[in-house]
Amino acid sequence: MKRTTLDLWVGIFVTAGVVALFILALKVGNASNVSVSDGYRVVAEFDNIGGLKVRAPVKSAGVVVGRVEGIALDTRSFRANVTLRIDKHYPFPKDSSASILTAGLLGEQYVGMDGGGDEQNLKDGDRIKITQSAIVLEKVIGQFLYGKAAENNSGGTNKK
Amino acid sequence: MIDTLASGIRLVGHRTVNAVWRLGAATRFMGLVLSRSAMSFRRFQLTLDEIHFAGVLSMIIIIVSGLFVGLVLGLQGYETLKRYGSAEAVGTLVALALVRELGPVVAALLFASRAGSAMTAEIGIMKSTEQLSAMEMMAVDPFARVLSPMFWGGFISMPLLAAIFSVMGIFGGYLITVVIIGVDSGAFWSQMQASVDFRSDILNGVIKSIVFGAAVTAIALFEGYDAPPTAEGVSRAVTRTVVTSALAVLALDFVLTAFMFTGV
Repeated sequence: MKRTTLDLWVGIFVTAGVVALFILALKVGNASNVSVSDGYRVVAEFDNIGGLKVRAPVKSAGVVVGRVEGIALDTRSFRANVTLRIDKHYPFPKDSSASILTAGLLGEQYVGMDGGGDEQNLKDGDRIKITQSAIVLEKVIGQFLYGKAAENNSGGTNKK
Repeated sequence: MIDTLASGIRLVGHRTVNAVWRLGAATRFMGLVLSRSAMSFRRFQLTLDEIHFAGVLSMIIIIVSGLFVGLVLGLQGYETLKRYGSAEAVGTLVALALVRELGPVVAALLFASRAGSAMTAEIGIMKSTEQLSAMEMMAVDPFARVLSPMFWGGFISMPLLAAIFSVMGIFGGYLITVVIIGVDSGAFWSQMQASVDFRSDILNGVIKSIVFGAAVTAIALFEGYDAPPTAEGVSRAVTRTVVTSALAVLALDFVLTAFMFTGV
């Protein structure tokens, strides 16, 4: 094969490979999306984080504003300390609240942020004081059954 | 009785010594290939030849098999996910399966049987017809002139082939589920993009394919160089290349997966 045609084919091959990598990165993956490398960290304390995982998204009004960076158990209060890294383009007031929500019925869990009304914004290292824990399905069912039983005991004579 | 026992133990010892010796020889061989690789970059034309041989000529088989793997994954995934009412997640399934595992692994297996076997045969025959010795006589280093350009050609080609394989597979999955079956195209892409992560999925897949490329090429070169200089020896070396590199790819894949995707 002639030198120039060989070079041409190698060029086509390498270009195709690099284009394939770019397609993977941009179209298939989400490299173009937020990767929060610089942002500020805040810690939120939860009674129960359910199935929350590291790298789960932090969303506010459905928009991804950050990621969960670390999860640890505070052995004095026995509550979960969840470190959130939030994009620096999204400042939140100091009295914002965080709650653990589930995407869809069986989807993955994420942290929802609701903005408050404070004048000052959250800074690096701040704590979020108002939190709402994950809903654990077994507890909800347990409470429901308990409530049903109590209802039957109190007014159960005429209702069967 | 004692005699047969002793000979059995001697056989085990002989096999072990042999295996360790071969491992040492392979390591020294790779050391030589890597240390003499300056020429493959100074005269890059040599490496380009090998990229053409290992990469460009493997492109057709990679494209076709990638497409068919994607078609099958899309079809099977759709049939299963349909039962749970989440047929849109088929994009996630196809993309994750290809990018994490099937792309690097199947591309490496194809690469081993398409390019690795040919490398072994080429070097084995060059050795048995004493072309390598002839080069040395002319003060041309066969490691610098033949072996290390081959290594770098394979090393560069393999990640690109794996990427092409994955993209063709995802295209195949798109073709069967969105174009033919009629899954919503927006949900297909958005669910895929929501769950495929650049660093932990795509970058790890690329790292896998680089490791596989290096392993397959190294095995192919060593088997060729180590082949007994007979027709039978070369044919056995080619077989060994395909078998060993397939096993090496699968074992390495397990190890890499265990490191990459099970972290806390």
